[in-house]
Amino acid sequence: MFETLILMLDATMRVSTPLIFAALAGLYSERAGIVDIGLEGKILGSAFAAAAGAAVFGSAWIGLCFGILASVSLAMIHGFACITHRGDHIVSGVAINTIVAGLTVTLSMHWFGMGGQTPALSGDARFLDITFPFADALQDVPVIGAIYSNLLSGHNILVYLAFAMVPVTYWVVYKTRFGLRLRAVGENPHAVDTAGISVSFIRYRALIICGILCGLAGAYLSTAHNAGFLKDMSAGKGYMALAALIFGKWRPVPVLLACLLFGFLDAVAVRMQGVEIPGIGQVPVQAIEVLPYVLTVLLLAGFIGKAIGPKAIGRPYVKERA
Amino acid sequence: MTNKTMPYAIELRDISKRFGAVQANKDICLQVPAGTIHGIIGENGAGKSTLMSIIYGFYEADTGYIEVDGKRVDIRSSQDAINAGIGMVHQHFMLVENFSVLENVMLGAEGGALLKGGVAAARVELQRLAKEYSLDIDVDAIVEELPVGLQQRVEILKALYRGARILILDEPTGVLTPQEADHLFRILKALKDQGVTVLLITHKLREIMASTDNVSVMRQGEMVSHRETIHTSKEELAELMVGKKVRLTVDKEDAQPSEVLLSAQNLSQFDSQGVKRLKNVSLALRAGEILGIAGVSGNGQSELLSVLSGITPMDEGEIHFAGQVINAKAPKNAAQMRDLKMAHVPEDRHKMGLVTGFEAYEAAILGYHNSPVYNGKVLMNRKAMLDECNARMAAWDVRPPNPYLKTANFSGGNQQKIVIAREVEQNPDVLLIGQPTRGVDIGAIENIHEQIVKLRDAGKAILLVSVELDEIMALSDRIIVMFDGAVVGELDAKDADERTLGLMMANAHYKEQEGEQQEGVSA
Repeated sequence: MFETLILMLDATMRVSTPLIFAALAGLYSERAGIVDIGLEGKILGSAFAAAAGAAVFGSAWIGLCFGILASVSLAMIHGFACITHRGDHIVSGVAINTIVAGLTVTLSMHWFGMGGQTPALSGDARFLDITFPFADALQDVPVIGAIYSNLLSGHNILVYLAFAMVPVTYWVVYKTRFGLRLRAVGENPHAVDTAGISVSFIRYRALIICGILCGLAGAYLSTAHNAGFLKDMSAGKGYMALAALIFGKWRPVPVLLACLLFGFLDAVAVRMQGVEIPGIGQVPVQAIEVLPYVLTVLLLAGFIGKAIGPKAIGRPYVKERA
Repeated sequence: MTNKTMPYAIELRDISKRFGAVQANKDICLQVPAGTIHGIIGENGAGKSTLMSIIYGFYEADTGYIEVDGKRVDIRSSQDAINAGIGMVHQHFMLVENFSVLENVMLGAEGGALLKGGVAAARVELQRLAKEYSLDIDVDAIVEELPVGLQQRVEILKALYRGARILILDEPTGVLTPQEADHLFRILKALKDQGVTVLLITHKLREIMASTDNVSVMRQGEMVSHRETIHTSKEELAELMVGKKVRLTVDKEDAQPSEVLLSAQNLSQFDSQGVKRLKNVSLALRAGEILGIAGVSGNGQSELLSVLSGITPMDEGEIHFAGQVINAKAPKNAAQMRDLKMAHVPEDRHKMGLVTGFEAYEAAILGYHNSPVYNGKVLMNRKAMLDECNARMAAWDVRPPNPYLKTANFSGGNQQKIVIAREVEQNPDVLLIGQPTRGVDIGAIENIHEQIVKLRDAGKAILLVSVELDEIMALSDRIIVMFDGAVVGELDAKDADERTLGLMMANAHYKEQEGEQQEGVSA
């Protein structure tokens, strides 16, 4: 039983990683007042760019740079539409998702001719698992050994980075000048403007951070979790991250917990596949996979606490004629 | 007080600003001596707010320039204005509501990339400011939990924290009770004594007379005159604002109230959060009288209007109207109430009174659009609609008299005339009217007030909700005061004065002081 739990938690960490990156990306964007339904597109775009870069140059790190570059570019398009031209955030976000879904497949067919995939990555072209010191030695110590060697050790660097980003984000959002302004601009941009601060500049910076984090999420998918790009490989992770962001009420630590919960449910779903539960029979995988969305809807409907987002979210900032 | 050799705290030289076809400001010159309170008064749309926005760097002037302490300054952004020592308290507070007072004050003046050091310094500085100007406040309180008077204090602290020596207040008393307003003016006096220069923008003559040293009058984008406050009067200023003689009171005969047309018993209503917004309100409205509902905005008047007019159903209590009993079990919606000859001029004409994208002749039949008068067998009768609209525009002096103009493009006063004409011309028995002259200029106010009194004299019952005490006192025959969703007092208009009403609106212990004026609600 304990062994099973450790294995499931181990899987939870792996599945949660892209969710954590993406949800934190959404946190920066939405705290600044920009709705980001385009998380999905940015993840997918980055996954493709990272895999393509890694395949061509043989380095996961170069791939990561390409992934981030692609994702930040998409974020800037979103910013140009929503901030500079005061466009509708949802429309721009959906447009990005649609374009990327088509563009990644088209480009990969053109460049690699492998039916929408990129070549399989191996060796340095992937982020490999890191084994902690003494992990082997401690393997057989009861409880601690299992936790240290099997759960904590043996992930790739991006997994650890994702978890590290949570306290970093907390610190940035609550303890720095940028964070104060970020939170303010999502609540009342007029207050920020009259305080002599540029609303657009803060929002663009928030979107750059958002792009970088989505880039990490995408690169993780194609060059760490998997060994190459597959069509539509983001598989709704962007939307799931958005759900986690709402579930965590736009706050870093609760968002992490929401991502872990959703990741855990995913791990459970995989494990339950084909398993007979006495008295109930087989639980369809979909029934478990749908839980994150059901929980989010229940939260939004007010059954589990209340989710109040940043007040100025989704509204373009226009200097009013007072 | 002013030393002639000293440069002015702020001086405007030939400021002009144009928005498209509208000349918002034209060759504005203004000199404000340091350490004085200077009032700027004018009607809505006279260009006061535009001018202040130019001083605070929201807009750039097309021509002209600004001098602060005798030195020319280039103000291109709010940051430039702050650097020049100018602070502004906006009409709609520029506060982040779920931030603490401290965070709001620090925003934009954090004192470093990390908050830690700045927070300590800000606490010390705020304590000093609080002591010096008697601006006490709990710096860790969350702004949205503070009453508006204190929120305004946060705005003032924000400006002072940034080292403002010139403080601009744009219509600062619009949201305050008379008592809170008095407190604000005491604060402004204290600021003045410390050498701060105050620019007070308002359209309320009383405030100008009570608190300023000098006053400048704006009309149609121009600065028309400057006066020392002690050498002018309300009447003179009003005349300068409008450019013609106006009456601040309404001529009307004594009311001849007869039978009760509408009565309400113990009306209560809960909002979606389960908060009781309307608390056991009872009232009786008679034919031939104007019943005024006074109160600070947000104390249940809007809910009362919306329940009486049928827009939202009541949760408890009942209404007797036109021989019908309306309660939670047998509610009537707004259209049904209209059919019973109840007309309603909503408080917010943009949100509820008009579809601003509609042309005037379309907006003029909203709510009555199913009437056979406007409908043919299949299509609407456009000619009937247009003819009627033309006739009303002439009768009500709506300008421009163009039925094809979109309602959004009329001025506030003319939009309001369209709405009031629509409701009044249906010849209702009961008229509910909310904030009839909000955002309406003085000329039009007079006209609207006359029409309301005319309707009363025709034997109709009128329920008037207004946050403008002057308006309530000028029009009402009987006044009910609401506080926190409940009726806290009722008095005859003859017995009402600003102080009594103000105390009741703030729900101060008026019972001890003015006990004899409290009457039964049954009237």
